[in-house]
Parts: sequence; structure tokens; C-alpha cells
Amino acid sequence: MPINYYIFFCLTLFSIGIVGVLTRRNAIIIFMCIELMLNAVNLLLVAFSKLHHGAALAAAPESTAGADGQIFVFFIMVVAAAEVSVGLAIIVMMYRNIHSVDINFLNRLKN
Amino acid sequence: MSHLVFLVPLFPLLGFLINGLGRNQLSKTSIGAIGTGAILLSFLVSVRLFMQVLNGGGGVDTLFYLFKTSDISVPFAFQVDALSALFLLIITGIGTLIHLYSTAYMHEESAPHFARYFAYLNLFVFSMLLLVLGSGFVIMFIGWEGVGLCSYLLIGYWFKNNNYNYAARKAFVMNRIGDLGFLLAIFWIISKLGTTEYAQVFEGVSKLSTSDITAITLLLFVGAMGKSAQIPLYTWLPDAMAGPTPVSALIHAATMVTAGIYMIARTNLLYTMAPFTQCVVAITGLATALFAATIALRQNDIKKVLAYSTVSQLGYMFLGLGVGAYTGAVFHVMTHAFFKALLFLGAGSVIHAMHHEQDIRKMGGLHKRLPHTHLTFLLGCLAIAGIPPLSGFFSKDEILAAALQASPIYYVLGLAGALMTAFYMFRLYTLTFLGEARFQEDAHHPVHESPWQMTVPLWILGILSVVGGWIGFPEWILPDAHRLESLLAPIFAGSTALATEHAHLTHAQEWMITGGATLAIVLVIFLAIRSSLRKQISSTPSTGLAGILENKWYVDEIYDNAIVKPLQSFADLLKNVIEKSGIDGLVNGVGKLVQYGSRQIRLVQSGQVGNYLLIMVLSMVVFFLVWFNDSTLMKLLHNIF
Amino acid sequence: MIPVLLILIPLITGIVSFAFSAADMAKKIALVSSIATLGVAVWSVCCPPASALRFDEAWLPVMGARFTLEMDGMSKMLCLLTGISFPVIFLAIFRQETKSPAAFYGWMLLSQAGLLGVFLAADALLFYFFWELALIPVYFLCSIWGGERRIAVTFKFFIYTFLGSLLMLTGIIYLSYHTPGGSFALSAIYKAALSESQRNGLFWLFFIAFAIKMPIFPLHTWQPDAYEESPTAVTMVMSGIMVKMGLYAVVRWLLPLYPQSAIRFADVIIAFSVVGMLYASFIAMQQNNLKRLIAYSSIAHIGLMSAALFTAQPSAYQGVMVQMFSHGINVIGLWIIADAIEKQLGTRLLSEMGGLAQKAPTLAILLVIMGLANVALPLTNSFIGEFMMFNGLFRYNMVWAAVAGISIILAAVYTLRMIQKVLYGTVSPVTETATDIAATTKWALFIGVVLIIAGGIYPQPLIDLTNDTVQALITKH
Repeated sequence: MPINYYIFFCLTLFSIGIVGVLTRRNAIIIFMCIELMLNAVNLLLVAFSKLHHGAALAAAPESTAGADGQIFVFFIMVVAAAEVSVGLAIIVMMYRNIHSVDINFLNRLKN
Repeated sequence: MSHLVFLVPLFPLLGFLINGLGRNQLSKTSIGAIGTGAILLSFLVSVRLFMQVLNGGGGVDTLFYLFKTSDISVPFAFQVDALSALFLLIITGIGTLIHLYSTAYMHEESAPHFARYFAYLNLFVFSMLLLVLGSGFVIMFIGWEGVGLCSYLLIGYWFKNNNYNYAARKAFVMNRIGDLGFLLAIFWIISKLGTTEYAQVFEGVSKLSTSDITAITLLLFVGAMGKSAQIPLYTWLPDAMAGPTPVSALIHAATMVTAGIYMIARTNLLYTMAPFTQCVVAITGLATALFAATIALRQNDIKKVLAYSTVSQLGYMFLGLGVGAYTGAVFHVMTHAFFKALLFLGAGSVIHAMHHEQDIRKMGGLHKRLPHTHLTFLLGCLAIAGIPPLSGFFSKDEILAAALQASPIYYVLGLAGALMTAFYMFRLYTLTFLGEARFQEDAHHPVHESPWQMTVPLWILGILSVVGGWIGFPEWILPDAHRLESLLAPIFAGSTALATEHAHLTHAQEWMITGGATLAIVLVIFLAIRSSLRKQISSTPSTGLAGILENKWYVDEIYDNAIVKPLQSFADLLKNVIEKSGIDGLVNGVGKLVQYGSRQIRLVQSGQVGNYLLIMVLSMVVFFLVWFNDSTLMKLLHNIF
Repeated sequence: MIPVLLILIPLITGIVSFAFSAADMAKKIALVSSIATLGVAVWSVCCPPASALRFDEAWLPVMGARFTLEMDGMSKMLCLLTGISFPVIFLAIFRQETKSPAAFYGWMLLSQAGLLGVFLAADALLFYFFWELALIPVYFLCSIWGGERRIAVTFKFFIYTFLGSLLMLTGIIYLSYHTPGGSFALSAIYKAALSESQRNGLFWLFFIAFAIKMPIFPLHTWQPDAYEESPTAVTMVMSGIMVKMGLYAVVRWLLPLYPQSAIRFADVIIAFSVVGMLYASFIAMQQNNLKRLIAYSSIAHIGLMSAALFTAQPSAYQGVMVQMFSHGINVIGLWIIADAIEKQLGTRLLSEMGGLAQKAPTLAILLVIMGLANVALPLTNSFIGEFMMFNGLFRYNMVWAAVAGISIILAAVYTLRMIQKVLYGTVSPVTETATDIAATTKWALFIGVVLIIAGGIYPQPLIDLTNDTVQALITKH
């Protein structure tokens, strides 16, 4: 498959994520949209990694060039997992306090 | 020359300091003795100096330098010559008498105020002595402002009365207007000649152009107008009557108002070289003489009449100066000092006796009660009216003779003024001393003659008013008997050399003219006495011309409405509108604009997370668009799609 | 040696003073410290060796700024003025209670250190440093101990002067890039190679900063507010000494740097100054608030000084030198009296006063003397200065001199009006309970009166003291 398809697909996913974050008020959905954006980036990283690695393998069989992209993905997944645990904890606390997960209730820090 | 000259102003200064600082400790007797003694001592020194001048002494005595810079130096120096020595005698001599008189006149005051009074009086004399003794314009200016200050302090002596305070302020401010002219003249002289010393200025006078001299003399004359109460700056002098009566005597006779005459006499060379200014001086003097005389005709306050008569007499002096009769003007200063001091002190004696009543409509018949005051006052009236052989006759005649030579119009108008003088003086005299008594006598405080401290000065001045003119017999009465002229000749030598020689009148003509004038004056006097005796005294305000005169031609009101009030409104406009809304409004406006701007921009931070995210995304898009400028971006997109 | 002492004494005692919470201790420290400073200032005037008048150390080598202090005649004169003023001020308020006196006197001394630094600095960056150092304590003094509207007024005052300072800082930095070796030293700045338009631009950057400080019309509106709302002791510092910073800076940092620009813009600046004189005098004439009246009168007097500075006439320069000293003494004297009156009567409105002369004769005499010095009566110190300045102005342009001269008439009008309203007339209700001034205040004023009279009769020492500055200025022009 040409790399263009991956890019196009990731762009779409990412855009869906952005639009979701911008338009939805439910904290959990926003959270999921953020995950969507992260995973769009992950997918792209893997796709490019594969592309570069394939090219490098063709030149030299022992080459590891391009593999770092996939390593990044692991890091991102770990950070995302940590972030999810903290974020979900905040959302749970929020729900307990205000019985809602609407982010527009969070403007209380103003003033 | 003798180095005594510094003593002359020193004594009054010491008197001022002792009385001023010790006002709470000293007794009234010692205060009076210190005050009077200080002036007496400087009178004695002045006599000695005068003798030296008569014997050809005199000169400039530098004490120290007031300031000295790279481009100008002003010595603090005293100059003794015939003119200043003569003025010294007048100032300290009459000053002593007035001080002596004051010890009795002011005895009702408490000791601290009594001391304050004498301290001011001494300071007044000190300032006047500085003015006269200074060897340059700056020292003269110091004295010039000093007498203005002292007049302010003394006019407002009874400071609880706000009207008096306004009068005092008016005097100071009007004087300041004149002072500005004087000051500008000094700067003009410095910028052209680089010095302020008379001797050097008169030496360098040939370096000045005629327009320079005219400007300088005109500016100096503005100063003289303020100090010597000439139109248009005369209104402070009649109001100055708010002060104690001896102060009026001091202001009118010995100090202050004669300063303008002294200054022009001192700078006579400049004036002679500026014919235009001389003309201005003469016309101003004449106009003032007539104008003030008309007002004096209808005044009912004993001091106001005398005040306007002073303004009028000063006008004569300026007329004399304007037509080049410098000796005549100085002569008139001297005789005027005698009889005006006498008249004021006499008026003071009357006021004292009447328990501070000043309205002549409420007097009358005082000649029996106040015999000394009455007689001496009569002498003063005769002298000021110009009856020969009293002093006023000689000096006024000399001025009028010079005026006649300059222009017959000057003479006719001057004579008209003299007739008016005779009229209002004898109206005053008659209403005060003759006729029926028009006052209610208080049994506890009967009307009584004043104590010796007051009558002795009256008699001394009375005698001087009679004989004072005899040092200046005109040529046509007694040849070579004008001792004053020969005394002052060196001072006016430069002007005499420059002056154009007029055709002299023959002695017969002089006799005729003077005789006719005297006859007219005598007639007017009888007229005045008769009309004043007959007339019904009413306190209702007069109408028509008499009303206008009673209200002094409404000059005060005109000044108030045409100058003072518009200036105040202008100041209010500046204060309330321009300053508050204009300049400060602009400054605060900038501040408000910043505040308003911040308030608006603050709204961007709404607290809505969505807004922040939107802004973040949009900013990123913008960032990418700018960072990858369009061609790169296009290439990228082209590759993708 | 001397310059360092001058700055260090108030600086250290100021910091120490913060530590003492007892009111008396702080007062005494302040008084002793200010007298010690005065002693050093007097020493500097009494011809010490030339080496003692200069101090030079490395400060910020990276930026090329050095800690250079120098004293010439004008510096000595202004240090002497500062030296005299502070003890007089402390003496005048000695009997008054202030809240948290330790901090109050501490800030006062720190402001003195800053002021002295301004008069001594010979390095542009150091000058700027002290310029701000003098401002900050005053800011705190006003905003903590001031009157009702103190916050708004102090804010305005601070922002206004700070704006000017920043313009100057821009100018200083720009200038240092154009000096040989990128130095900030005064001597190097004199040599900076600049084109005419650069000079003109820099001239205005500096001048606006100084004009705000002086202040001259129409940049003056912070002043009446600040003078009115500040505690009077601070007002004395501001009007007696701080406004001299502006004048001093013009002489030290403006005229020698851009003489051509100064000549080119002289007419504009003199016009603003003279108009400002009349403007302020007119406003003073109708002022009902005693403190604002004095403030506007001070603006009028400063206008004459700033006009005189741009006439390029030796006598005008000399007059400014004399007048800077005289004005400091006179205006501090006036403020002391205004403060005493306000403390006594509880009001500063002239319309409510009257008849104080009967209740407080000593105060009355002192107020009259101060008032007369304010109208520049001969034989008071300000006559000498004003005479020389008017003389210079007249030589420059006689029309301006005549117009400016009107202000001496107006000065008489508003000063006498003030004296009359306060002292004379019948006793008003607020005056009823008044008594005469405290002994320490009396002594403070007595010192002022002695200086006024002495300066009016024999000002020559002052003229000789500042002669070198004037000569240097003339040769630069």
C-alpha cells in the first residue's frame, strides 16, 4: 500500500479527534478524541517507520534505521496510559463533586 | 569721603531687628524710644553727610558685592551726593517726627503690636534709605521693592479687617506691576551696557541709541507710575488710607511715593535724551494732577481728600520732571513733604481727638477744641494752596513757570489744578474746623487736644511749611538766591547742557502772571470757605457729576470689571476646564485607554476550555501556514494527494 | 571617598532603621544619619583634595558600566541642599506621630541615598540606576503613608515618571552603542559620534524624561496630586530636591551632550516653560487648596528655571544654580508651614481658614517671610536667582522675558492671597482652637529663614561654588 493512504487515513483520524475535542462537552468523549489523535500519530509513526526500515533493509540487511519510530510509539502508548489513569481519576472526582462530566462546568477557576 | 554712610540705613535696620525680635519683652516706652531714636540717629548722621556734601564731599562707598559673575557684577554700594543727601534729610528728618508722633498716636495698641508697628516703620525708613543711597539700579530696586513690602505690611497693620487687607494687597500688586517695568528697564540697561551703576551708565549713555533710551526711560517710568501713584496705577494710594494715619504721613511725605520722582531725577540725563518719554511723563503727570484734584473735590473722608491731593501733587512733580524742571520737582518733593506730613499728622490729631471718626461731615467747629492742630493745619492748607510766602508757593511756581515755557496749555491746565487744590483743601479745612459742631460728644471721652508728642511735630512741620520754600527764591524775586538749584546743579549738569534754552520771561511778566494766579487762588479759597459754611450737609449720595466724583469716576469699579474679574474667570477656566478636563484629562485618558483595552482583551480568556482549544488549533494552523511558506506547503500537499 | 560616604551613610542607616520598631529610635537614627550626611556634604564644599571627590570602581564589566562618582560645583551644591534639607525635614516632623516609623524613616533615608546618587553619578547606567532608586522609596512612602486618594495618585505619579525614565533608558542604551568602546561613562558619552538627526532624537528622549521630573507644562499634572496626597515630609523631598533632579540632569546629561539640539529647540522649550509659568500662576491664583496652591506656585518657579537653562546665557545658568538651592530651601519652608497649618486646623481649604495670625504669631511671621521669599522679594535668596535668570532670558529674547515677568506680578497676587486667607481677617471656627507651632518645627523654620536672608544678602559663596559648572557649560556650548 502506498504511504499516501496511511497519511490520508491518519489525517482523517486526527481531524476527527480535533473536531471531537473542539465540539463535544463531555469530558469522556473529549478524552476519547484525544486518544484518537494520539493513535493517529502512532499509526503514522509506525507507517513511516515501516517505510524507512524497508528501504534501509533493502540496502543493508543488518540496518536498524527507521526502527526508532516504532520505539516512540511504545513511549507514547505508555505516556497515554499514564495520562488516561490520571485523567480518568480527575473525571471521576469531577463526577463525584458536580455530578456531571461537562467541561464547561470547569470554568470555575476563572475569577 | 566719610565712611559713616552705612550708619544711615544701619540704625533703622537695628531698630527693626530689636523691636521685631523683642516685641514680647520690651515695654512700650522703650519700644517707642528705640524706634524713634534709631531714626533720630540716622538723621544726625544724615545732617553730617549733608554738611560734607555742602563742602564738596560725597562719593561712592562700596560695602561688598551683592553678586559677581563672569558677565555682571553688582556692588552693594552707597552713593552720597547732593540729591541723595537732600533726600536723606527729608526721609530721616520727617521720619523722626512721624515716629515721635506715633508713640502717642498708637498708644492704645498692646505692646507686641506696638513693637510690630515700630518695627515696620523702621523697616520702611530703612528701605527708603537704601533706595535713595544705592549707587546703582539694583540697590535702588531693593529699596524700591522694600518700601512696597513695608507699605503692604503697614496698610494691613490692622489685619483683622479684611478690607484693610485687600487695600494692602492692592498696594503691593499695583506696585509690582510698576516694578516689572523697572526690572525690565534694568535688564535692558544691563544688556546694552553691562552695568547697573549710575556712574557707568551715565558715562556709557552715548553708546545707547535713542530708541533704547526711550524704551528704558519708558519702562522706568512704568515703575515710577506704580510707586508714585500716577494714572493708571494710582488707585492703591487712596486705599492705602487703611493704615494708621502716621503711616499715611510717612508714605505720602517722607518715603515711598517720592521714590518715583527721585528715580527720574536721578536718571535725568536719560530722560533729557528721550524727549518722547519726557512728553509722556509731563502729560501723565498733568492728567493725574487734574484727575485726582477733581476727585478730591467731592470726598468726605478727611484722609481720602489728603490722599487724592497727594496724587495730584505728585502729578505736578511729574509735570515738572517732564518739562525738564528737575530742580523744581525735587523742590516740590521737599516742600510737599513738609506740608503733606503736617496735614496728615494734623488729620491724625483730629481723628485721634474724634475717636477714629474720619468723616468730615460729622466734624466742624473744631478750631476751639484743637487750637494747635487747627493753626498748624491752616498753615499746611495755605502752603499747599500756594499762598506766598509759604513753601508750596515757591516750588509750585517753579514747576508752573517751567511748564509755561514748555507749553501754555500745560500752564493753564496746571493752574486749573492748583485752583482746584485750593478749593478742596479749604473745603476740607472749613468743614473740619469752622462752622457748627456736627458731632455728638461723649461725656466720658471729650474731644481734646493731642499730647505734646503729637503737637510738637505739628509745630515743627508747620514752621518748615512756612519757611521751607525760602531756600529757593526764584530769579525774579531775589537774584541768585536759589540755593537748592546751586546745590543740585552738579546732579542735573548733564541735562542742563543738553536742554534747549527757552526764551525767558521778563521779570515783569513773571510778577504779573504769578500775581494773577495768586489772586485767583485767594478768591477760590474764599469761595470754598463760603460755600462750605453755607451748604447744608447731607449724607445722601450726590447725583450727576458730583456723584461720579464722589465715586472717584468709578475707576475702581472699571478696573474690577475690566481687568480683575476677567482675569479671575480666565484663571477659573484654566483651573477647572483646561487643567482638569484638558491636560489632566488627556493624561488620565491614556491611562483609561490602557485599562479599557486590557478589560477587552481579558475577555479572550473566557475560562471555556473549548475556546482555548479552538484558539490553540487555529494558532497551530496559522503557525504552519506561516512557517512552511506557501510553496513548501503546496509541494507537501501535492505529494500527499 | 566623599561621594561614597554620601551615598553609604543614608543607605546603611536606612536599612538599619527598618530593624528598629521603636518610634524614637528610628527618628533618632534618621536625624543623626542626616546630620552626618550634612557634615560630609559640608566637608565636600570646604575644598577637600581633588582625589577625595572622585570614586571609580568596576561595576558591570560585561556591559561596560562602571561605578563612577564625581563631584563638581553643582553636585556639591545639590548635595549640600540635600544634606541640609533632610535634617530640617526630620526636625520639622520630629514631634509628629507616624505609623510604623521604622519603615517610614528607613524609606526616607533610602530616598536620600538615591537622590545623592543621582547628583554624583558620572556613568549613564549608574545615573539611571540612582534615578530609579530615588523614585522607588518615594513610591512606597506615598502609597503607604499618603492621604485618601493615595493609591490612584501614587500610581499615576509612578507610571508617569517611569514612562519618562524608560525613554531615557532607551536613549542611554542607544547612546552607549555609539560610544567608543561601548562605555556608559559620562566622558565617553560626550564623545559619542552621532549624526544630527540621531542627536535630535536622543535629545527629546532625554528631555522628556527630565521634563516630566521637573515638571514643565504640559507634563506637570502628576505633581499637584502627588504633592497633595503624599505625607508632607515626602512632599518636601519631592518639591525641594526631586524636582532638582530634572534640572540637574538637563545641565549634566542634556546640554553638554547635544548643544546644537538645545539651541535648535530652545525656542520651543522656552515657550512651553514660559506659558507654563503663567498657566500655573493663574491656576494658583484661584486655588482654594493650600497644598495645591504651593504645588502650582512651585511649577511656576520651575518653569522659569527650565526656560533659563535653554537661553545659553552665563548669567542665566548662574541664576539657575543659585535658584535651585534657594527654591529648595523656600519650598521646604513653605511645606513645613503648610503642614503645621493643616495639622493645627484639620483642613487645607483656604476658604475655611482665617485669623491665624492672632492665634499663632510666630507661625504668621514665618509664613510671611517664606511667602516673601516665594515672590522673590529683594534681600531674600530667590531674588538673586530670579534676577539673574530674568536677565539671561532678557538677553535671549526680551519679549519672552517680559511675558515671563508677568508671573512675578501673579506670584505676588497668589502668595498674598494665601497669606491673607490663612493669617488675616477674623478668626474662623477652625482657627479658634489653634496654637503656635512646636519648638522643633520652629527651629527647622528658623534655619530656613536664616538661609533665606543670608542667601539674599550674600549669595557669592553659592555663586563661586557653582562657577566651575557654569564655565564648563559655557565652553561646551
